[in-house]
Amino acid sequence: MHGNLLEIHGLHKRYGSVEVLKGVDCNVAHGEVISIIGSSGSGKTTMLRCVNMLEEFEGGTIRIDGEEIGYATAGGERRRKPEKEIARQRALTGMAFQQFNLFPHMTALQNVTLGLRLVKKMSREESQALGETWLDRVGLLSRKDHYPSGLSGGQQQRVAIARAIAMSPRLMLFDEVTSALDPELVAEVLQVVRSLADDGMTMLLVTHEMRFAYEVSSRVIFMNQGRIGEEGNPKMMFASPKTERLAEFLKSSRFD
Amino acid sequence: MNPPATFSELVWLARWPLLYGLGTTVAISLLAIIGGTVLGTLLGLVLTYGSRASRFGARLYTDFVRGTPVLVLVLASFYILGVAGLDLSAFQAGVLALTVFCSSHVGEVTRGALQSIHKGQGEAAKAIGLTFSQSFRHVLGPQALRLALPALINTAVEMVKASTLLSVIGVAELLLRTQEVISRTFQSLEFYLLAGFLYFAVNYAIERLGRYVERRTSLA
Repeated sequence: MHGNLLEIHGLHKRYGSVEVLKGVDCNVAHGEVISIIGSSGSGKTTMLRCVNMLEEFEGGTIRIDGEEIGYATAGGERRRKPEKEIARQRALTGMAFQQFNLFPHMTALQNVTLGLRLVKKMSREESQALGETWLDRVGLLSRKDHYPSGLSGGQQQRVAIARAIAMSPRLMLFDEVTSALDPELVAEVLQVVRSLADDGMTMLLVTHEMRFAYEVSSRVIFMNQGRIGEEGNPKMMFASPKTERLAEFLKSSRFD
Repeated sequence: MNPPATFSELVWLARWPLLYGLGTTVAISLLAIIGGTVLGTLLGLVLTYGSRASRFGARLYTDFVRGTPVLVLVLASFYILGVAGLDLSAFQAGVLALTVFCSSHVGEVTRGALQSIHKGQGEAAKAIGLTFSQSFRHVLGPQALRLALPALINTAVEMVKASTLLSVIGVAELLLRTQEVISRTFQSLEFYLLAGFLYFAVNYAIERLGRYVERRTSLA
């Protein structure tokens, strides 16, 4: 395949008078695993949420496989695309959230199959078979009939990842997926993310797990005050940061 | 001269008017609850997700209706709409008034329930590509229903009780029928107690049904 899977150009986003993204440019090639790091308030999560239109943005373009996400510009006028079109575009990406956000009134399997049935229009049998395959892949097939309240945080997050990945998105977005977990549950989730990376899944990860970013990413982006402060190969960046800000940030981060 | 009739004989004699009245009460309540729930759910959606202008309109409607005594709504629906050229029977006018009343309550209950669902739920639904209506039907709606159920049951019971107000515009529901029977038999205490028992039975049935649905929809 040629070209970039994701192209972000001049991304601007503001909340009222506060400009959180001040022109972000970023290209992601197929199969890249990119960690986005930075202190809180630097805009990393906001940037991720713009990619699947969970946040509206006022300026710039986001393209997935060349297709403009969320907005259409015609005759110099920028318009939000119709809701149905945005729903379809959201399914091009999969997202895992810090708080898991599993649907509490559905079993693990039902959580995974909902989108398959409603969005992918699969039959019940088809969706269940695929759902079970993915639950098995995250090691939770035996828990398929459990409700989220009966699962540990780590298990819930693995189900949430299975729910996203079962939709066969072109790009996976991970938003601090281990931040809400007890320390002893982090490893099982990172293990799942790592195995997806090994499969060649293209992914953007907002993370505070520096060790993980270091080991898994093909590229690291350091966000600083709404802009990309520095980016590059994790080994180079972590060993010799070019900017003062990144050096400071790395010093204050834990590597464990 | 016949010996004075016992209460049970009087009840037997009055069985048809009383049953007819009970049926009318149930019919009024059912129609108002169904209509009010459909309308109120839409109101709740507008109050929660609507544009600024539509939210304002819905807010005005609910606050106005909730701030008006039900009896005033009933009288207005019967007399004012008649003057305005909308010729409704007493039954129709009464059901309309109760439906409007019910919708404002259900609207508020629905809004409260929808707003108390964690916003991550809607986001997770969006993230897998669900449209808003799919998300409401499968993700937000079922969770809102569970949260709103106790308040909805309460509203339904209120509607049954409010249906007695239709007696003032001459709808032959249970209370009016009871009063008619009393005017023939002069046994006011006994027949009011009987009517009270019948209202209680209807409301108890609603509460049992509510409990059953609550149990069925509660998380495993």
